[in-house]
Amino acid sequence: MSDLTKLTLAQARAGLKAKRFSAVELTEALLAAIESGNGALNAYVLATPQAALKQAGESDRRLAKGEARPLEGLPLGIKDLYCTKGHRTTACSSVLGEFTPTYESTVTQNLWDAGAVMLGKLNCDEFAMGSSNETSRFGPVVSPWRRSGSNVGPNVGLVPGGSSGGSSAAVAADLCLAATATDTGGSIRQPAAITGTVGIKPTYGRCSRWGIVAFASSLDQAGPIAKTVRDAAIMLRHMASPDAKDSTCVDVPVPDYEARLGDGVKGLRVGVPKEYRVDGMPREIEDLWQRGIQWLKAAGATIHDVSLPHTKYALPAYYIVAPAECSSNLARYDGVRYGRRESGADLIDTYEATRAAGFGAEVRRRVLIGTYVLSAGYYDAYYIKAQKVRTLIRRDFDAAFEGVDVLLTPTTPGPAFGIGEVVGDPIQMYLNDIFTVPVNMAGLPGISVPAGLSSQGTPLGLQLIGPAFGEPTLFRAAQVIEDAAGGFTPPEAWWSARKVPPVHKDAAEARSDKGKATRTSRQTRRPAKG
Amino acid sequence: MEIDEGTVRRIARLARIRVTDAEAKALEEELSGILDWVKQLNEVDTSNAEPMTRVTPMQLKRRADVVNDGEMADAIVKNAPISAEHFFLVPKVVE
Repeated sequence: MSDLTKLTLAQARAGLKAKRFSAVELTEALLAAIESGNGALNAYVLATPQAALKQAGESDRRLAKGEARPLEGLPLGIKDLYCTKGHRTTACSSVLGEFTPTYESTVTQNLWDAGAVMLGKLNCDEFAMGSSNETSRFGPVVSPWRRSGSNVGPNVGLVPGGSSGGSSAAVAADLCLAATATDTGGSIRQPAAITGTVGIKPTYGRCSRWGIVAFASSLDQAGPIAKTVRDAAIMLRHMASPDAKDSTCVDVPVPDYEARLGDGVKGLRVGVPKEYRVDGMPREIEDLWQRGIQWLKAAGATIHDVSLPHTKYALPAYYIVAPAECSSNLARYDGVRYGRRESGADLIDTYEATRAAGFGAEVRRRVLIGTYVLSAGYYDAYYIKAQKVRTLIRRDFDAAFEGVDVLLTPTTPGPAFGIGEVVGDPIQMYLNDIFTVPVNMAGLPGISVPAGLSSQGTPLGLQLIGPAFGEPTLFRAAQVIEDAAGGFTPPEAWWSARKVPPVHKDAAEARSDKGKATRTSRQTRRPAKG
Repeated sequence: MEIDEGTVRRIARLARIRVTDAEAKALEEELSGILDWVKQLNEVDTSNAEPMTRVTPMQLKRRADVVNDGEMADAIVKNAPISAEHFFLVPKVVE
């Protein structure tokens, strides 16, 4: 049954509809994959097998009665930033302790209402602050990918990207059919790019933020990480919705993204922004970008040079705006109403002790930067200046989209790096998001689609950026790239500790099951995974 | 250096995060590095730009000013580290 885990969301949907397997069988296969693989990958911080099997049972009843909902019986992983009723939600921060929400986020509620099954909660950087999943209270996630090409480098575990590293690793390693994620500066697209998965950050306001632990409210958006462009289109359609509980969530109907996937790019105007050709960009990234341009051209698109003059200022402006909003949002973690509390001599002392013990180094750094740039005397020089630069970044995009329909760029400046390889200077880590951050600053949609392998044999992605609510165009252009590039899966499931039954048990079974030769021979043929 | 140790202590106090002497020293350097790096924004002429206040050009939604939720004290204190009779308990604030 283990091959069920390799299905795409669309294939599993078809298989359930055709009754080739049941939702319970599919869910059990994925739970077994988590059981055997999560020890090595650390993608899940909480598995919820009982709840999953209960939902799957209900799905099978509905499937039998012909009352299947759009995502009926499809098992998903949920980033630990989404509040899930009755299931511990921590944003992978110690400050949330064993917080167990008494309510459900709008996005996950939409998924359950559509019939999806929750396998568990996925690891991420603490409060989604990071690009490598190394700041989680539960420890780093290990990518299912390993270096293997002509340029292997040191033999260390690779990062799956961040902050949605649990989501990208779980999807790439077949520990779920698809996953929810969030993106404040690249946290969906960067992990998708370096794990060979598809990730889309929709337009700001497309998905409700209600019930998602807040990092930077003017930048945060929910979106999926999935195995294919089609799967991402299916996921986004059922995650997005208008929502009265989020005043920034737009009252615009959600299109059927999947229906337009095959429309192609004939006549589509694709812009190539020259400012994304940054100093020191590796040759293989430049080559990947050129291949993407050729693929779209061959499919009938026209290519146009465009300029986004303020691109280089997006990252420094982001590192004022995002910390400012984070210092404000994270003020709520005071040890009084929920989460962890460290007792102090008085109330202030309790706050200070709780927050010192509860926040990790990167979160503390950002809260302090944010507090500084918002403090009296510095507010205009930093915060207002950054918000003005943000307006200029938005204007650059508006001007570009007068002449083109979509922009094509690399997603990341390089392939996955090793765990512990980028330490010391925080700015080196921030530079991972150089191509993704401008999109959040302007509130636009962006998708990362796998496009090739690095010289180290690890995945690289291309990013498509659209005007506000241009998701349908992004999906069909991404489909053209996916069709040309093919899919990328880790060459070997090294993380799987699937237990080969011990010899004495096999012998005992063989003795008691005389005549069942097929079963024994199947066991002999099974490759021994280490 | 943009930030000295005294400034680290002042903002840590504002942020209600206790820092040790060793942490304050390290933060002095880290925060200064980040603030020096973001200073490149001063190269940008923003004289014709309003600060961005909304991401999507839309009016914030409004709803009728009526109570539409409540009566869930159990749920609200359920995750409190210390509570009694639907109150959150904290150290004495007023003498």
